[in-house]
Amino acid sequence: MTKTFTDVWRQHDFAAVRARIASATEAEVRRALSKQGRGLNLDDLAALLSPAAAPFLEEMAALSHRLTVERFGRTMQLYAPMYLTNVCANICSYCGFSAQNRIPRKALDDAEISAEADALEQFGFDHVLLVTGESSRYGLAYLQNAMRLLRPRFSSLSMEVQPLDEDEYAALTADGLSAVLVYQETYDPVAYPKHHVKGPKADMAYRLATPDRLGRAGVKKIGLGALYGLSDWRAESWFVGLHLNYMERHYWRTRYSLSFPRLRPHEGNEIPVTPFNERELIQAACAFRLFSQEVELSLSTRESPHFRDHAFKLGFTSMSAGSKTNPGGYASEPESLEQFQISDERPPAEIAAFLKTHGYEPVWKDWDATYDGKSGLTREEREGREAISGIVSSS
Amino acid sequence: MKTSPLVIAGVTLRSRLFLGTGKYSSGAVMAESLAASGAELVTMALRRVRTDGAHDDIISQLDTSKYRLLPNTSGVRDAKEAILAAELAREALGTNWLKLEIHPDPKYLMPDAVETLAATKELVKRGFVVLPYVHADPVLCKQLEEAGAAAVMPLGAPIGSNLGLETRAFLEIIIAQARVPVVVDAGLGTPSHAAAALEMGADAVLVNTAIAAAADPVAMGEAFKLAVEAGRLGFEAGLAARSSKAEAHATSPLTAFLAGI
Repeated sequence: MTKTFTDVWRQHDFAAVRARIASATEAEVRRALSKQGRGLNLDDLAALLSPAAAPFLEEMAALSHRLTVERFGRTMQLYAPMYLTNVCANICSYCGFSAQNRIPRKALDDAEISAEADALEQFGFDHVLLVTGESSRYGLAYLQNAMRLLRPRFSSLSMEVQPLDEDEYAALTADGLSAVLVYQETYDPVAYPKHHVKGPKADMAYRLATPDRLGRAGVKKIGLGALYGLSDWRAESWFVGLHLNYMERHYWRTRYSLSFPRLRPHEGNEIPVTPFNERELIQAACAFRLFSQEVELSLSTRESPHFRDHAFKLGFTSMSAGSKTNPGGYASEPESLEQFQISDERPPAEIAAFLKTHGYEPVWKDWDATYDGKSGLTREEREGREAISGIVSSS
Repeated sequence: MKTSPLVIAGVTLRSRLFLGTGKYSSGAVMAESLAASGAELVTMALRRVRTDGAHDDIISQLDTSKYRLLPNTSGVRDAKEAILAAELAREALGTNWLKLEIHPDPKYLMPDAVETLAATKELVKRGFVVLPYVHADPVLCKQLEEAGAAAVMPLGAPIGSNLGLETRAFLEIIIAQARVPVVVDAGLGTPSHAAAALEMGADAVLVNTAIAAAADPVAMGEAFKLAVEAGRLGFEAGLAARSSKAEAHATSPLTAFLAGI
């Protein structure tokens, strides 16, 4: 059987990792910092995630800022999610779409998808993240149809959807999909079954091996991450680093991004949340930047405007803006149930203007279809198709 | 002194120093130098070895119960010639291990990336344990790894130049991404070069000229042995901080917004 990250993950005990990070020393932190972001290993990452690194946060932030500017310049990718459906077969303790929540379920039809696309285009986005729950009804064929509608209108499409099989990812990539985000939620084998009670997502090993399937399918960019709040944030982050390290070695043609979603208020029962405050979020992001200069780090609209206005410089390379987390949220059905509440509600133009006043260039685009060869359209073709879809959606 | 063992293609090697067998003033000096170096894997140019069964001056000096032979394809100019040479080596020397080196240019002996990748794919299919000698090219090394190479052997500097780790920045990338052992080959001129290569995480080094052409090849063999052991031990021990610049800051212009959290 093919080896996957699941085999690597099994070699590390979550509780032991947690204990090791808790006992990291100041000398270990200094050693990691002295590498100045060059060639840090997983022991260095553990030190930077530890309580011993807390007094060095300013130093980490300065280094993280410098390394990020060196690699990415003063630019910030802006993106927005398009929620296609909230239909979901999973019961997960923390999610508004959880199957046991008695909420109206919705899946966008063609006209609604086009209306959402109109709204996102008007905001200025040329790059959209498609999001769904997990259901066999809205699987590959539904996603392919959405891609067919959206591909001519946006230069790149990413997905944050249910884990798929390798051939399904390969088919979507051939259709022009550029990135897939699939967060493990938690690497803690005790917490995982507690929060993923029922449905296909309860299969932890299948989810752990999903980035392997993405890598083998040749997806250009893969997003990893943990959902903070389910278990110890330091150990979760270290496992994300282990996963990133493994992926970079095995699927070296791929780009990687990390996100730092924290549990937000949502529909359904409240669950106990393990602490992960804003200071710790900055520590985690800076630790990852020092660990990897290339990885893209994403800053969510889940966070507050005040926090985002200061944090964006400290290692992040992309920000969501004006996000709606409900299907039809931008145009066709603004009142449908959202997955979670966002905190920074400023419209994309305001975020872009803010970045500009701070000397940062907002970037609305992530890829160009021309690079994909067969799926690429000329400017004329693209404008022609836009004109046609304009007529269809206004009729 | 215990360091972790080096394993290539399932075989555990007792030394991280590989030696070439060319350029020695005599077979006897070579044998003594090899013994002093502690090396186990020794390369041998197929074109220098008598393959017709006749007495061979190099082979006869080597106690093959102590050394593992690594025939090289030095002299071949393309993949086709390399495959012929490999088959000949396997038959003559009774080993399927092969240091693949292809250099179409006789002046600088620069390895040919395109032919090396093609030959590696074919030789792996034919059951060889292939250790390709290449430029310090990180993409090529990943492609060779995918093609089934048992290790990669990027150069530190032009062969025979004794310049040391001129390709350091690229070797660091190769080492960081590798899933097979990385053997720095060519250009290492002094024991400290070898120590530096092991310190930065290279799995082994291959040395020939620096030892064979030294005033005292036997003493130099031992010097390299100690350098390789020191470098590896240093790497495994975890190098200490290079400066004490890192300080906990009292003022915090970038993180002051977190005050109270």
